Amino acid sequence: MSARRRWVMTIVAGAAVALLLPHLGVPTFFVSLLTQTWIIAIAAMSLDLLIGFVGLVNFSQAALFGVGAYAVAIGATRFHITGFASGMVCGIIAAVVTAALFGLVALRAEGPGFIIITIALNQIVWGLAYQWVSVSGGDNGITGIVRPPLGSIDLSSNTAYYYVCLAAFALTLAVLMTVVRSPYGLVLKGVRDTPRRMRALGYNVWFYRYSALLLSSVFAGTAGVLFAWYNQFVGPVDLSLDQSTQFLIVTILGGLGTIYGQLFGALVVIFLSNELSSITQRWMLVLGVIYFAIVLYAPGGLVVLVPRLWDRLRGKRIAIVPAERP
Amino acid sequence: MQFYIQNALGGLAYGSLLFLIASGLTLIFGLMRIINLAQTSFYLLGAYIGLTLVTHGWNFWLASVAGGVVTMALGLAVYSAFLHRYHADPLTSLLLTLGLTLILDDGILALWGGDPHSIAPPAIFAGSLSFGTLVFPVYWLVVIGISFTIAAILFLTLQRTMLGVMIRAAVDDEEMARGLGVDVNRAFYVVFAAGALIAGLGGLLGGPITSAYPGLDGELTPLAFAVVIVGGMGSLGGALAGSLIIGLVNAFGKALFPELSYFTIFVPVALIMAFRPQGLFGRKL
Repeated sequence: MSARRRWVMTIVAGAAVALLLPHLGVPTFFVSLLTQTWIIAIAAMSLDLLIGFVGLVNFSQAALFGVGAYAVAIGATRFHITGFASGMVCGIIAAVVTAALFGLVALRAEGPGFIIITIALNQIVWGLAYQWVSVSGGDNGITGIVRPPLGSIDLSSNTAYYYVCLAAFALTLAVLMTVVRSPYGLVLKGVRDTPRRMRALGYNVWFYRYSALLLSSVFAGTAGVLFAWYNQFVGPVDLSLDQSTQFLIVTILGGLGTIYGQLFGALVVIFLSNELSSITQRWMLVLGVIYFAIVLYAPGGLVVLVPRLWDRLRGKRIAIVPAERP
Repeated sequence: MQFYIQNALGGLAYGSLLFLIASGLTLIFGLMRIINLAQTSFYLLGAYIGLTLVTHGWNFWLASVAGGVVTMALGLAVYSAFLHRYHADPLTSLLLTLGLTLILDDGILALWGGDPHSIAPPAIFAGSLSFGTLVFPVYWLVVIGISFTIAAILFLTLQRTMLGVMIRAAVDDEEMARGLGVDVNRAFYVVFAAGALIAGLGGLLGGPITSAYPGLDGELTPLAFAVVIVGGMGSLGGALAGSLIIGLVNAFGKALFPELSYFTIFVPVALIMAFRPQGLFGRKL
């Protein structure tokens, strides 16, 4: 089987399973976890665009995600923005505006400097959510966010909402895969690997970084809005540094610079944290060790590791091209 | 007036604790390009180890040194086993220290449980000083004194000893230093160990001010990074100045604008980043 056919088969099978799953009699809890997986995967894919393709390790991704969530929550509870499209647009605009401001500050530095500034930026937004009680509800967050209907489809059931998130995930995947394979995506990779050379070739490195940040925030904001509707609650924890860390872990586990890998990262993190937490209290430790081992021994992430293990199990030895690493 | 003195002293005490964390952070980064996210976990681990020893009847100072030494041993083990290979690769080393934080945090939670522990200062310093209406704990002054002593030792080591010369040479130009026969690897070990030791030591010392609870490290991390940004990455003097600035801004921000206290710290930090990305005392990034 050629590599290409293997790919097509995997995608078709995956899509079929994802579409049929809610009708196979799996527990609703399971459907709910999968819905969460789609949402977290969207956020992680948006982060992978930045880390894997532009080399920007953004620790403020949760701020972009959370601002989207807060925007839709505040819009719905204060300003009667209760439609699906209007809520989504409201959240995305809020995330993009935040990213536009963050970019002006953070992109003045590169590499480690960028990382440290984004930690501070995330903390600013978290501080606002936590302490500006009159707007954000403080530690109590905002409750009572009603899931709006999509056209005439009622989304209050878990199954209906599952399909909305699945569709959003598929759309994000398609858009981002197209972007990273486009000429624009190639320039991004160039900016990641040799910014000085790209500058010498006449590319405006700052512009490419800034535009990628804005593009990433569109999807981070989308994920935030979906998450707010999913939980029907937003709180400061949704835009904390811990949330940024979770996105980072999902992104790394899945496989940097792949976009699709983040789905597997999200599956592992969401299901592991739920399954393990019912077995042992020490699930963070287990997750930490797995993550640590992946960073050390399989820097390409699960999308490189799993096929390699699979082929070894079947006694085949196929040369694996190591994943690109920024 | 009393309000200002009180907050200034509290801010300085808190800031000098931040120095114990940030000095290691900035030196490790300046020398090895490792962003050590686990630095505040080292602090918390030191606090818990020290606390356990104190409850077993150890002397407070001895217990905090022991906390520092155990933390240093752990730090060295992790450094030599994993981190050492990635000193020129900021992304991988960052991701590894992030993993270390997850493991340490959960390990601490497993060993010591989730309840916050308040830590009493040693009996001679447990009282308060009062000047008229101004009342503040003596221990604040003790912490400030200890941190400045440690800062002085670090400065003297860097400026006046052969080891310090080697470290500074390696910070300036690692390749050239190697070429001239400086044992740069030894400098790496020494600096990482010193960073872990001072943070671990600080845990129990700072305990009476910060107390110890799971999640404390997560709260301190952004502050420690704010210090490093303000002071300039890699600069020890910057870390000292930055710690005191952040300590003071934190204290006054909380007192004057309780609703916006995070804002008051991180907005100046973001502005410094925007207009002077190398920090107040750092060299160009």
